[in-house]
Amino acid sequence: MDVKKIKIKAFPAEEFKDNDSLQAYIDELNAEGTNVIIGKLDEMINWGRANSLWPLAFATSCCGIEFMAAAAAHYDLARFGMEVTRNSPRQADVMIVAGTIVNKMAPLLRRVYDQMAEPKHVVAMGACSISGGPFTNSYCVINGVDKLIPVDVYVPGCPPRPESLFYGLLQLQRKVKADKFIQKKRIVRPYRPETLINPKTGEPIDMEVCLEPTPDTSIE
Amino acid sequence: METIKKIIAQAASDAVIEEAQRLTVTVPPKQLHPLMKALHDNEELPFDYLISLIGMDWGDKLGVIYLLSPSKDLTRELVVITATEDRGNPLLYSVTDLYETAHLNEREVYAMFGIRFINNPDMRPFLLDDTWNGFPLRKDYDTDPARNPVTVISSEVRDDVPRIMEDENGNLVESTTRVFEKDDYIINIGPQHPSTHGVMHFRTALNGELIKKIDVRSGYIHRGIEKLCESLTYPQILHLTDRLDYLSANINRHAVCMCVEKAVGIEVPPRAQYIRTIMDELNRISSHLLAFASHCNDLGATTAFIYGMREREHVLDIFDKTCGGRLIINQDVIGGVMFDIYPDFQKDVKAFIPYMRKRLKEYEVFFSKNPIALRRMVDVGYMSREDAITYGVTGPAGRGSGWSCDVRLHKPYALYEQVEFTEVIRTEGDSYARYLNRLDEIEQALQIIEQLIDNIPEGEIQGKVRPIIRIPEGRYFQSVETGKGEFTVFIESKGNKHPYRLKFRSPSMAAVSVMPLISEGEFLADFIGIGGSMDYVIPDIDR
Ligand code: SF4
Repeated sequence: MDVKKIKIKAFPAEEFKDNDSLQAYIDELNAEGTNVIIGKLDEMINWGRANSLWPLAFATSCCGIEFMAAAAAHYDLARFGMEVTRNSPRQADVMIVAGTIVNKMAPLLRRVYDQMAEPKHVVAMGACSISGGPFTNSYCVINGVDKLIPVDVYVPGCPPRPESLFYGLLQLQRKVKADKFIQKKRIVRPYRPETLINPKTGEPIDMEVCLEPTPDTSIE
Repeated sequence: METIKKIIAQAASDAVIEEAQRLTVTVPPKQLHPLMKALHDNEELPFDYLISLIGMDWGDKLGVIYLLSPSKDLTRELVVITATEDRGNPLLYSVTDLYETAHLNEREVYAMFGIRFINNPDMRPFLLDDTWNGFPLRKDYDTDPARNPVTVISSEVRDDVPRIMEDENGNLVESTTRVFEKDDYIINIGPQHPSTHGVMHFRTALNGELIKKIDVRSGYIHRGIEKLCESLTYPQILHLTDRLDYLSANINRHAVCMCVEKAVGIEVPPRAQYIRTIMDELNRISSHLLAFASHCNDLGATTAFIYGMREREHVLDIFDKTCGGRLIINQDVIGGVMFDIYPDFQKDVKAFIPYMRKRLKEYEVFFSKNPIALRRMVDVGYMSREDAITYGVTGPAGRGSGWSCDVRLHKPYALYEQVEFTEVIRTEGDSYARYLNRLDEIEQALQIIEQLIDNIPEGEIQGKVRPIIRIPEGRYFQSVETGKGEFTVFIESKGNKHPYRLKFRSPSMAAVSVMPLISEGEFLADFIGIGGSMDYVIPDIDR
């Protein structure tokens, strides 16, 4: 599939600054070819998904206010089908990490992420969630949330203006439109958990173990 | 001043009094409590408002600096210092029995410096977990990240409270109690909760639907700003102050700028003063609008939220055109302002004033008199004047309890001496009074802007500043009135281009510390609304 074929209303593919990364992503995803029928079905489902991404605002500080401004009347997030901000991770499709994440918050961020249902996406909004921002040198700030969770889109700025957030969200929409929903295939960007230590044992944490689904305890 | 000196001499025979920027008293730890008690309880001029409690590491000594003021005369400030030489097990006496606001502050000092306070009933560290290795604000803190590795494994919230008390014979007894009783029903509000206005964790014990007790846990956005500042130059520090209470970003910045300017003796040109004051007031309007919007949202009025945010955009547009920023505007710099106003600035501001007035009327009609809103605000979350003072709750919330505490009026800075405005005071002390205070303060801010906007003098926008700013040795304080209350910067300098210690007084911390008191016995559903009426910003507390 060509990235140009992914259409976003009133925003032609040429106007996106970065088409190459997405193209590379699509190529990788489609390396083994696609069945036409399933491909068409996927397109349809993804069209629906991409236009109703429900965000969960993991807002910890200043960037959260810009997210609020983006969601309010003037900028109006509803234009992209994203106004349904969910406060429960179980109902959300995309987590927007807006603000600094500090050591004490790391387990909570991870837990909220783990509670979201697949397929899930993460947008790192602002310098802090990308790299620690102005606080990189601090003794208790995580230098980038991609140490804890995989990130789909990075939106730089301190704080990013609502316009840049929208640009990032549109990129996310394109990415969602390229997913292979039925075949449950998408590439999760590798992240850097190597720095995580289990405080009880002192050993590095094996993320695979962490990611293991919780046993099903529902009553039959 | 003479009477104060007499009181000091009577209560603490070993006190050393010196006249610096503020009257400063140094006492040995043993005499601290008697002195504070005498200052607090004396009839003539009771120093009943603890503005700031600052932990210090002087290398050979660990200590605390108290900044006090009488609640009825905010111009008289007094600095009390005490210190201990024991770095292994530093112990000082608590003042929690005199000042409620000391509770959280002393716990913060414990987390940051390892100083424990005798007779503080709750000596858990605040901001950092009790599993944290080391005391970050000590000068010999080992910053090796391996000592406090990042983890995604949640730690348990412990219920036991260590403390160290003095018995009648003067012996120190260590003991532990519990926060909650054994069969209390506890729910967690936060840290990731849409209506706690940030990442605050309230552990709430319930009695049916009523709140029985609240345990405040914070630190989920503690970024260590004060430690970072110790290795930054003064112009660099300004960027971090913006990110404390980002809703009053420009006002916070103003405080640091003024503190440095006064210490170094930099003259700020009049044009810059005008721009600063107008920008501060616009900033206050945007802060109060957001407070109004989110408070109404907390009470379930989404329309009001949208309205508040809509008006706020008009202010942000003016910021945007002036300096390119919306929320954090980087306008004030040491010596003046970074950007001059744009040609249509006056026109835009003058168009905004009547627009905002019209909107204020609209808010009044559709929300301030709404019966449901009234039921959820009137007589809810009552805070008395005494509580406001002892907890140090300033700003619109403190003035909602009848305490005249506007820094702009009592300790005027910039152009506030020249303009006329009324301090908005209500005595009801409930959520509704705080809510109305904010709306009225918007009107007052508009009046201040009106008086200044046509008279902006021509001239320079920046005073003469050396490329490297060094502050002469000493201690400097500067207070300003932000949207949330009194914000104070404290700088201790050793003559370098970095501060030796820098501390921010957070008005939001006081507002949160009073939450357990004012929401006790209220409905759980109203807790969120009370929080909205207090209007705190968590990153300001955690720093
Ligand atoms: S990126 Fe900047 S604006 Fe956003 S949370 Fe971090 S410091 Fe605040």
